[in-house]
Amino acid sequence: MDKNSNAYIFIYASVMVVLVAVVLTSANLALKPLQEKNKQNEKMINLLSSIGVSADATNAAKLYSEHVIKEVVINKAGEELSVYSKGKLEHGDVRAFDVNLKSALKTIEKTGEVALPLFIMNKDGNEYFVIPVYGKGLWGPIWGNVALENDKNTIYGVNFGHESETPGLGAQIATSPTEGRVVFSDEFKNKKIFDESGNFTSVKVIKGGVANQSEVKPIHGVDAISGSTLTSNGVSEMLEDCLVNYINYFKKDN
Amino acid sequence: MAAKEEREPLFSPKNIRLITNPINVDNPITKQVLGICSALAVTVKLEPAIVMAISVTAVLSVGNFIIALLRNSIPSRIRIIVQLVIIAALVILVDQILKAFAYDVSKQLSVFVGLIITNCIIMGRFEAFAMANKPWPSLLDGIGNGIGYGLILVIVAFFRELFGSGTVYGFQIIPDSFYNMGYVNNGLVILPPMALFAVATIIWVQRSRNKELIED
Repeated sequence: MDKNSNAYIFIYASVMVVLVAVVLTSANLALKPLQEKNKQNEKMINLLSSIGVSADATNAAKLYSEHVIKEVVINKAGEELSVYSKGKLEHGDVRAFDVNLKSALKTIEKTGEVALPLFIMNKDGNEYFVIPVYGKGLWGPIWGNVALENDKNTIYGVNFGHESETPGLGAQIATSPTEGRVVFSDEFKNKKIFDESGNFTSVKVIKGGVANQSEVKPIHGVDAISGSTLTSNGVSEMLEDCLVNYINYFKKDN
Repeated sequence: MAAKEEREPLFSPKNIRLITNPINVDNPITKQVLGICSALAVTVKLEPAIVMAISVTAVLSVGNFIIALLRNSIPSRIRIIVQLVIIAALVILVDQILKAFAYDVSKQLSVFVGLIITNCIIMGRFEAFAMANKPWPSLLDGIGNGIGYGLILVIVAFFRELFGSGTVYGFQIIPDSFYNMGYVNNGLVILPPMALFAVATIIWVQRSRNKELIED
């Protein structure tokens, strides 16, 4: 058969495309459960790390169920739309753990309707409120978890993740805590998101260092990583945009 | 490499050279000057550089093998498209497998895995070697070029991480006392252009040691 005839080329291309499609689809279907599990594990590991519990893929599920008290989904007024605890939904129809934060934030932008997850966790008998956050960095999405202490104001711990920030610069927001070194996420400890009169201030990441400016009080600001201004701005915006939705919930119980 | 009457041994001197040449005198980056783009992108830290090197070697050798198997059936008018489809399919497979079995690594590489598709070394070797050779030499050629590429990547990444972040493979090498004395990490080394300087230095060293490589 003439290899340069149109018929041969068409048949060759079609057969090849179908074969490749079958191979890729079956690989995807076969690996999907494993990938989903990895994603869930990662989410648990991140939630745990914000309250200072280090976990890995092997013990994440167990540690998570030990440390979580309840998962709630809240609306704008601060009411609990759904509550999930001890392995079952108490009311509402969606588990906070399964809320897709990215699309939930998009809905807020579009319709103003708020349905955001909040995780109430414990460690050594203390209660912590863990808020997942999601936003834009320089090159792609960034995300994280903010754990507040019982006063719903003081930050107990945070952790951040990113998809494609510059290695060595913006990517340092995700540097995991190491013994004896202060990493970016450590700077957030003991900062406050409300000022003395109860107004929401969020926590800002400040280029040039908190000490060198007077706009933001040291208690509401952390030093930016030098050389990564845009990632730092992204972190500031992410914290503000996400935390602002929880104000009513936090004020309500006070 | 015309067809031979008698079977040549799997690791004949000629076949061994297919692996060793690209590591040294026919290196894809320093001699063929292919794959510069990713040499800039993934060499800020050593770890992604190493994983990138392994992934490229895997895709390149398997891809070379498949192309060489198909080489007599591929219509020459759409050969580039066929090569691209095979590269893309292999890269997606690598990505899926990493996501399932080495989630941490896949998180680190993120976009770079997709970038393997655009790595010119792969297209270059498919077109220049696998289209004209048998599967076994093609497989060896793929492995050789992958290692040659990876070697340069690792050398560049080592220096960039050492001078740019003061670490090697994530471990701090330059002691705190240096920083206290006023030593500062060189931010310039982290920026992409420094990778070009590093590659150029490697080419310089290599060509001054081996005069045959110098072009007129």
